Amino acid sequence: MRKPEQVGLLAVALILVVGLPLGNLLPPSSPLHVSNFTLNLFGKFLTYAILALGLDLLWGYAGVLSLGHGVFFGLGAYAMGMHLMLEIGSKSVYQSALPDFMVWNQVKDLPLFWRPFYSAPFTLVAIVLVPALCALVFGFLAFRSRVRGVYLSIITQALAMSAWLVFNRNEMNLGGTNGLADFKTIFGVPLNQPSTQRMLYVVTAIMLVAAWALCRWITQSRAGKVLVAIRDSETRVLFSGYSPASYKLFVFVISASLAGVAGALYAPQVGIITPAKMGVLPSIEMVVWVAAGGRGTLIGAVLGAIGVNWIQSWLTTSYPDLWLLFLGALFMSVVLFIPDGVVGALGRLAQRLRRPSASSLDAPLLGQATLGSSRARGSDTTV
Amino acid sequence: MKRLLVLLVVAWLAGPPASHAQSPEAAKALADLVVDDADKREAARDAIRQIERWGLLVRTVETVFQGASLASILLLMALGLAIVFGLMGVINMAHGELMALGAYSTFVVQNVFRARWPQHFDAYFVVALPVSFMVAALVGVVLERGVIRRLYGRPLETLLLTWGASLIIQQALRLYFGAANVDVSSPTWLSGGFALMTGLRLPFNRLFIIGLASVSVAAMYWLLFRTDTGLRIRAVTQNRSMSSCLGVRAGWVDATTFALGAGLAGLAGCALTQIGNVGPSLGQNYIVDSFMVVVTGGVGKLLGTILAAAGIGGLNKGIEPALGAVFAKVAILIAVILFLQRRPAGLFATRGRGAEA
Repeated sequence: MRKPEQVGLLAVALILVVGLPLGNLLPPSSPLHVSNFTLNLFGKFLTYAILALGLDLLWGYAGVLSLGHGVFFGLGAYAMGMHLMLEIGSKSVYQSALPDFMVWNQVKDLPLFWRPFYSAPFTLVAIVLVPALCALVFGFLAFRSRVRGVYLSIITQALAMSAWLVFNRNEMNLGGTNGLADFKTIFGVPLNQPSTQRMLYVVTAIMLVAAWALCRWITQSRAGKVLVAIRDSETRVLFSGYSPASYKLFVFVISASLAGVAGALYAPQVGIITPAKMGVLPSIEMVVWVAAGGRGTLIGAVLGAIGVNWIQSWLTTSYPDLWLLFLGALFMSVVLFIPDGVVGALGRLAQRLRRPSASSLDAPLLGQATLGSSRARGSDTTV
Repeated sequence: MKRLLVLLVVAWLAGPPASHAQSPEAAKALADLVVDDADKREAARDAIRQIERWGLLVRTVETVFQGASLASILLLMALGLAIVFGLMGVINMAHGELMALGAYSTFVVQNVFRARWPQHFDAYFVVALPVSFMVAALVGVVLERGVIRRLYGRPLETLLLTWGASLIIQQALRLYFGAANVDVSSPTWLSGGFALMTGLRLPFNRLFIIGLASVSVAAMYWLLFRTDTGLRIRAVTQNRSMSSCLGVRAGWVDATTFALGAGLAGLAGCALTQIGNVGPSLGQNYIVDSFMVVVTGGVGKLLGTILAAAGIGGLNKGIEPALGAVFAKVAILIAVILFLQRRPAGLFATRGRGAEA
């Protein structure tokens, strides 16, 4: 990695981890003041960024396009949400030890699978382990039988669809369509206080940096090189004596765990988790964050998640009708014009500016590969 | 299974119970007779048995019919998808929205008939079928020529691209027609049903869909295997560059194929107006199911699609009474994943070098 990029990354990390919370501490009259609302909003964006990192690892590096990451996000969020629901205890509307929705649904005893979530350490483990185990089972079955490419994408989409259907059911005892909401405290600290939200934000930002470091470590390692090789030619990797299925399974599980962590940080900051967050549409929206930011570059995934969601929160409040049109147009234009995302396109632009006559050999691998193949394809489709 | 078959045959031979014996009260009265009246005990027992057997027969036939009905809906939807996916390697995520376009075309045609020719209202559906085919095909051609053709050979990218297109079409429909469902009324000749046997009436609209699916499949077979166009389509599928060298206009073939697939989606949407709600998110409700059919069936083989539609439709309706609609869908997903363990590329996989796309 070159020097200026390192400095830039460090600056971004510092602004996110230290700058925004400090801005929040400043008095409202200060020009650098960051309101509670903005900080909370960014906390949400950063959880998305953690998820986008995992998704980028899976798609941008290993070439596995999952359209079901909302499920893992949801599982993490529900695990956290269940603990928060139990923490409410009898302070709820119905003053029952059970969560309110169970009172409505006339559930008398706490279902067995809810019980372990009384324990905070168990919850923290479950946040990672539940999505990871689901991903392990699903990924094992899928990758072992060499389900790949669009087949895998469609199967994961069906997974998102099924999870959404199941979590919507009241008899699952997970709150049905309304999901889990109305949290009061987190690990004993009241959630509605600005200091708690600031703390949550800082934790999220630190987790994001940690997730980035983890992904970077993986991509720089030998395994990371194998992943890229799998993306570019899986058969050749197989014939070279590697087992693509194990590598893909590994990265799928890592990616699902990151999504779970993201979900767990999302639930207390947003204050609600519903099945709508794990359906087909949110899952594929996650893919467009990565695509727009630049897949195959970790920083691209982070910037994409923050950028697209920033635009979304602005558009859905100012012009709610336009959001889906914009999202659709974003999908299409990213795929058509900048397959390597904003970061990749900027990188190519910078390269061209630096050395006007440079050969394309040094350009980012992904962008060149896709652009090159489109050119080659173009020639035989237009005959 | 054998026992069930024997029971069904016995029930069929015995014929339906007399009409006054079919109400639940009758069964209860008969049960009382068994307990109270020693003389009539045997006769009452026989009568109860006959009612129960007949009920079983009716339920079985009904389940089979519902399975066939769902299978033909899936088939109608998956047919267009499978053709485009199989012949061009394009995952068309906008297929569901093309269906919605077909459904809305039907709605518009209906409104035109209601306003202009109310006396011929029943004929609107006959006009709506080709109109919805044409509208969807036209949008399909625009999509294909406009954007998709730039991305051949990159299935994951076309998947995202068509998803983007689907969002735009969906939102455009919502903005123009409103977010609420619109009302499409059935023509009189599609309402009502055919009384197959005592206690069972097969609705005409379901029968019509089964018929439409059969005709579409037959037409696709004829087109692909009996016409010059089909020959060209198959040639481009097998070897694009070689066909181009031999003078087949590959771009034109792509456009035709895509239009055909899109048109079939429009047709499916038109048919769906008769059995379901018509709203902007109509496509979303069905798209995942039809993808499962395509994945299970394998790429580029019509027979695979047909068998997969029949299998998934039948299985779904078969286990729905036991598990409920939601868990039946989950069970189907698990079944498909397990099935892919045995056959990773679907029922009929392409083998050899060509398989490595």
